Amino acid sequence: MNYINQGEKDTRSGFGDALLFLGKTNPNVVGLCADLTGSLKMNAFKKEFPDRFFQIGIAEANMMGIAAGLTIGGKIPFTGTFANFSTGRVYDQIRQSIAYSNKNVKICASHAGLTLGEDGATHQILEDIGLMKMLPGMVVINPCDYNQTKAATIAIASHEGPVYLRFGRPKVPNFTPENQSFKIGEAIVLKEGSDVTIAATGHLVWEALEAAKTLENENISVEIINVHTIKPLDEKTILKSVHKTKCIVSAEEHNYLGGLGESIARVITQNYPCPQEFIATNDTFGESGKPHELMDKYQLNSVAICNSVRKVLKRKS
Amino acid sequence: MSDISFLSQLVTQSRRDILRMVHKAKSGHPGGSLGCVEFFIALYYTALEIDDKFSLDGINEDVFFLSNGHISPVFYSVLARKGFFPVYELNTFRNINSRLQGHPSVQKSLPGVRVASGSLGQGLSVAVGAALAKKLNNDSKISYALLGDGELQEGQNWEAFMYAGSNNLDNLIVTIDLNGQQIDGSTKDVLSLGDIEAKLKAFDWEVIVEKEGNNLEKVISVLKLAKTMTKNKKPICILLHTIMGNGVDFMMHTHDWHGIAPNDEQLDLALSQNPETLKDF
Repeated sequence: MNYINQGEKDTRSGFGDALLFLGKTNPNVVGLCADLTGSLKMNAFKKEFPDRFFQIGIAEANMMGIAAGLTIGGKIPFTGTFANFSTGRVYDQIRQSIAYSNKNVKICASHAGLTLGEDGATHQILEDIGLMKMLPGMVVINPCDYNQTKAATIAIASHEGPVYLRFGRPKVPNFTPENQSFKIGEAIVLKEGSDVTIAATGHLVWEALEAAKTLENENISVEIINVHTIKPLDEKTILKSVHKTKCIVSAEEHNYLGGLGESIARVITQNYPCPQEFIATNDTFGESGKPHELMDKYQLNSVAICNSVRKVLKRKS
Repeated sequence: MSDISFLSQLVTQSRRDILRMVHKAKSGHPGGSLGCVEFFIALYYTALEIDDKFSLDGINEDVFFLSNGHISPVFYSVLARKGFFPVYELNTFRNINSRLQGHPSVQKSLPGVRVASGSLGQGLSVAVGAALAKKLNNDSKISYALLGDGELQEGQNWEAFMYAGSNNLDNLIVTIDLNGQQIDGSTKDVLSLGDIEAKLKAFDWEVIVEKEGNNLEKVISVLKLAKTMTKNKKPICILLHTIMGNGVDFMMHTHDWHGIAPNDEQLDLALSQNPETLKDF
């Protein structure tokens, strides 16, 4: 199947549009924001449902606690702030009041990773997937484009339990189907191939598709899996693929420590050991720059994926 | 409402429960628990409007959140005595596989507990969220919380105080257990809380001071008064002066019994000061 860029759109707008849809279709859905309503694209929800929108101010710890409390009484709270302030800043609040308390809170995090851009490392969290996947019971989702973020946002409202939904700031190719159904924990094989598996999440999924074009010209048959749900990980789909290809490259906009790649490594070492290469940041903080400049500098792009594929193929043979 | 002599018997029995639980587990927090017995009895037997059957959502009933989760012994004792779960289960406090975790947990569905607490400073935000949910549900009942004074050093409380005050959250009654003690010493010596009454008033809260927080009738009255002040555009805080270790002479007026268990002799002495009234678990 060919995936065509239907136009550049930001994933956070997928979240905002879906939240508005949920507002209309599910009266229990409420929104909370810590002074970033515009950045999170929550303005439409706020305008349409002022009684169900809570402006918390710059107080993320309080926001997480209030969200936990709102579930007591049947509400489904969606919290919105940047990924850094959605996780690292409030880790213990999430751990005790939400995860350990098994509260039905949807932690929605924008501006994740390097593609936040010019604001620099204080705001570019590259550790959030690791932080959140370590919490028992927490679902961790990182959709790849506008359409998928919209579908994921709608899907998590029907999931009972805490969810971390990670998305981003920049406009990126929108290429997955409009109005797709989103199944938590079911990875999607975007392209079948036999030489190598690329398991990508978030913004790196499009880069993997781009990489495949180059690699096909080198007669390398690439299988691409969109691992939108990092936890629970779709072990079956990944293992089925590596049984065929016998090597894998993982790709994510995150530190390799604690990221998708490490989750995959655990699965393949336990079940079907084979060579793996990691596209991820190398235990470093980010810095200021334009999103694409940063992705180039930190080698989170299709060129880097191609290089890792060539390397992993050599290791296989 | 139950009569005062029965409630006094419950106070004494709950003290015995606390002492015996902590002694049996050889760990736990007796000091703060003993200081809050009158509050918990007054709250559960005279203030809270609750259904017979516990539900996590607490729709159309008052809800209560314990923020300083380490005083779980008094919480568990009063929940059990009130019938949330069997009194004999107090035997399992802090044991492996028990629902009565060292700090309150919802993992094993212990009736009466709606959120975990223990890591301090988080309960007020949760109580604020539950109060907001009640407003959305057109539920006229109240969200209650108990906070320790030491935990006011956690900044999240002040985020929540600011939010509730600024948003006229008037279905929220918070009690602060002012026993003046924390692990490393008096709150004054560790990090002075300053003039809490003035601080809360500056955050647009109604504040009621009760100097005799271990006088059962006074606590009943102050909770009653607080309820009359709800639905009036302001959250309400009761500053409840209590004595840590109340009811056991050698545990009173000191932080020494914050988090240690009495030995056999100390237990006997403590129990002799609180003769059995209802039946020990």
